[in-house]
Amino acid sequence: MPAKLILRNKTYEVPHGITIKQALKQLEIPLEEVIPTKDGELVTEDTHLKDGDVIRLVAVISGG
Amino acid sequence: MRCRKCDQKAVINMRHHKLALCKEHYLEWFVAQTERFIKKYRMFGREDRVLVAVSGGKDSLALWDVLWRLGYQADGLYIDLGIDGGFGYSRESKALTQAFAEERGLTLHIVNVLGEYGATIPEMAQLTHRGKGKPCSVCGLVKRHEMNRIARDLGYTVLATGHNLDDEAAVLFGNTLTWAAGYLRRQGPVLPASPGLARKVKPLFRFYERETAAYALLRGIRYIYEECPFSVGAKSIYYKQLLNKLEADRPGAKLQFYLGFLKAKEEGLFAAGKETVPRMHTCPVCGQPTTAPGKCAFCRLVERVEERKELRIKNEE
Repeated sequence: MPAKLILRNKTYEVPHGITIKQALKQLEIPLEEVIPTKDGELVTEDTHLKDGDVIRLVAVISGG
Repeated sequence: MRCRKCDQKAVINMRHHKLALCKEHYLEWFVAQTERFIKKYRMFGREDRVLVAVSGGKDSLALWDVLWRLGYQADGLYIDLGIDGGFGYSRESKALTQAFAEERGLTLHIVNVLGEYGATIPEMAQLTHRGKGKPCSVCGLVKRHEMNRIARDLGYTVLATGHNLDDEAAVLFGNTLTWAAGYLRRQGPVLPASPGLARKVKPLFRFYERETAAYALLRGIRYIYEECPFSVGAKSIYYKQLLNKLEADRPGAKLQFYLGFLKAKEEGLFAAGKETVPRMHTCPVCGQPTTAPGKCAFCRLVERVEERKELRIKNEE
């Protein structure tokens, strides 16, 4: 079962076993622009994704 | 990854500081750093009455929370811009700001632009044909005027905003691309008080946007997550994205860019050239300082809004 990354209501599937940093790189999502959370807690980018993990990415860029 | 201070599981890794921290130590670090910057850049002291401009977003609420924890006399100012965007942007951000203030027993001043001046920000832009379909320049003008007005009328000595390092670096980047000397000379974390205007400070200017967001999340601050509907395609967001690409390859590049600028300025890089400090005048309507004789830009805008509204009513009749 792949792991899921969710950013602004969009879900991306990535293989488990890789780190969040690697997954973000694959998806071309800059780490500087998101904060990964798991079960409501902040997690660092070196966290390895497990089978069925759901990582919610909080977008941090604002402007205007 | 482990916390540098206690070896517990880290919740954030700041590559530019080579520092990973757990929740407890991150919150402690963020508050202590803010206090350090307030003192280092001589922003304000315990005797000052600080007015914090709050939008309901992560940065301004994080700032107000930190100032409250540090024991400063900090009240909030929320300006209801009347922006809807299909999801009640202003309504939602106002409700979050009010809830934040109530939970902490803080004083919040609210200015309703529609109630005060008869039109919302998008209506003002539409009526006066300013901004090519976007009300951002009208919004900036109104916010600056109202922040100055409330600070002056209610006797606040300092006006604090939640600008973070990404905001400042993006503005600097834009001003550098066009070599906007006047803006470059004025940009900084502290703008001294001048007759009729309170001192303006940006206590969070050395934190990355990611860090202020992490603080708000870890502290459990409920902030408006949705962006202002008019910020789509904003130049500032594009500049932030460009700078983040640089940061990804060179951690610390954004911080170095901005702090290097401040140092260069201090060393005289932007010494006054031909441009001289404009003589300031007083607006005969609102009493605020203005660069040209006669009514200030804000009062002229309000006047035009009223004229166009009257004209519209007549045409409808």
